[in-house]
Amino acid sequence: MTTFAPGTFKPAPGRGSLPKMLFVHARTEALLTLRNGEQILLTVIIPLALLIALSLMSVIPMPEPRVGSAAARIFALAIISSAFTGQAIALGFDRRYGVLKRLAASALPRWLLVTGRVCGALVVAALQVALLAVTALVLGWKFPLSGLPWIVLLLVLGTLTFGALGVLLGGALRAEIVLALANIIWFVLLMVGGVALSVPVGFVHLLPSAALAEALESAVVYGTAPGVGPVAVLVAWGVVAGALATRTTRLT
Amino acid sequence: MDRGDRLGLPFVSPNPQPAVEVSGLVKKYGSKTAVDGLDLVQHPGTVLALLGPNGAGKTTTVEICEGFRSADDGTVRVLGLPPGDEALRPRIGVMPQGGGGYPGIRAAEMLNLVAACAKNPLDPKWLIDVLGLGAAARTPYKRLSGGQQQRLSLACALIGRPELVFLDEPTAGMDPQARRLVWDLVGALKEDGVAVLLTTHLMDEAEALADNVVIIDEGKVVAQGSPAELTANRPDDQQLRFRARPGLDTSLLSAALPEGLKVREATKGAYVVEGLIDPQVVSTVTSWCAQQGVLAEELTVAKRSLEDVFLELTGRELRS
Repeated sequence: MTTFAPGTFKPAPGRGSLPKMLFVHARTEALLTLRNGEQILLTVIIPLALLIALSLMSVIPMPEPRVGSAAARIFALAIISSAFTGQAIALGFDRRYGVLKRLAASALPRWLLVTGRVCGALVVAALQVALLAVTALVLGWKFPLSGLPWIVLLLVLGTLTFGALGVLLGGALRAEIVLALANIIWFVLLMVGGVALSVPVGFVHLLPSAALAEALESAVVYGTAPGVGPVAVLVAWGVVAGALATRTTRLT
Repeated sequence: MDRGDRLGLPFVSPNPQPAVEVSGLVKKYGSKTAVDGLDLVQHPGTVLALLGPNGAGKTTTVEICEGFRSADDGTVRVLGLPPGDEALRPRIGVMPQGGGGYPGIRAAEMLNLVAACAKNPLDPKWLIDVLGLGAAARTPYKRLSGGQQQRLSLACALIGRPELVFLDEPTAGMDPQARRLVWDLVGALKEDGVAVLLTTHLMDEAEALADNVVIIDEGKVVAQGSPAELTANRPDDQQLRFRARPGLDTSLLSAALPEGLKVREATKGAYVVEGLIDPQVVSTVTSWCAQQGVLAEELTVAKRSLEDVFLELTGRELRS
């Protein structure tokens, strides 16, 4: 028989400090992503390989200097990979394993559950883009410093918009279906969604993928502010997806 | 000021607010009524067991108390608050049925994360060791065995030093040793003034742990009281059990016994004599067995178990 000193479990309830909860939760989210081999393949290895391929090989027509254009598109792809596909798959399996219910039963406020995930995703996106940017510089990308604030802004906006879409997908369906759909959508967006190559079809510009790639191209290649159009498209997708996701996301 | 802020004092308020109070609770899933007008009251610092077969409505009831499901009708108050109230969650500990971690998170990391949500958490390292998870502390959640996941889930429920814990089938999938540990923990929680509401379909668990047992079936309370009250023997309501060769003709034994005693072969080779069991009855049974040329083994005179109570009330086996 196991015995416990009297008073061991004497009630002393209370909520932890908000900054600490946010920090620990966001760190957990980021760490789990970075530790997951499939996530690394999707969010780092494939974008890195595509960046190098697009910069060095002229299979896909792209304005010169190729590396700048390629960097812009691959930054967009990296964000789609982690914030949308990665997030959706992770959420699908997190629900399967009951972690959302577990955390929802703790003293962690609901808004913090979302904020922690967003912060974790932003950390991952920042690391991805930093790694890709260094690679692009090595490949000869001329980084227009004036574009930096826009790059940061678009990184945040892109992560939020694609994160909301990822939650919309991963929060409602079964994990296996999420896994399949999230990868298929990623591939479709890459090929014909205005990421790997510009698709001269009107409605493609209304896709969040094309909008993010175009907006990043202004900042990454020319160091100028993105156009109002692509930013509006991103915001609209993000707002609609976010609003829908709050209704459809289930804990398990 | 509520009691939770007066730490260390036993809960002896003259007019104690119940830890859990449920009245007229109704929950329907489509056309199926899972909980059908359920009432229960749990006093602070006590252990209450919801006992019933699978599908009786135990988990639904608990999940409504935890704030995970909404009630269709009736009222529920947990520590005086409506379930799901943000102010309530730091004060309760929850062990859901199955699951409760990121697939890739290590056991110790998961507990640390939940500990970070509490103001005065127990020491996670200590709790990991107490629950026998020391060797699995670095194992990813998805590779933990079912029993290990259960123990981690229990740790997560206790880490924040709650006033009230909900344990939904806490020993499901555990080996006997771990099960014993959970029983000891529940005892220690109660000693320290923590109220525990647990569900189980194991009567020995309910009998061993609970101050009060609420037996539910098809969403309704069929009986409630302390285990002693529920199993209280009427003088003529005792059992003599023994094992012998299967297939003995029980009508012959019945004829040899005084009027009013019932004999049946409960399961293959396990015989039960019900009624007023006195020394004469025991003697009659053993000598009748001797006449049949069989040895009556494991002969015991037993009081009713909660299982018998359940069978009597519902006409069905608890474990079915």
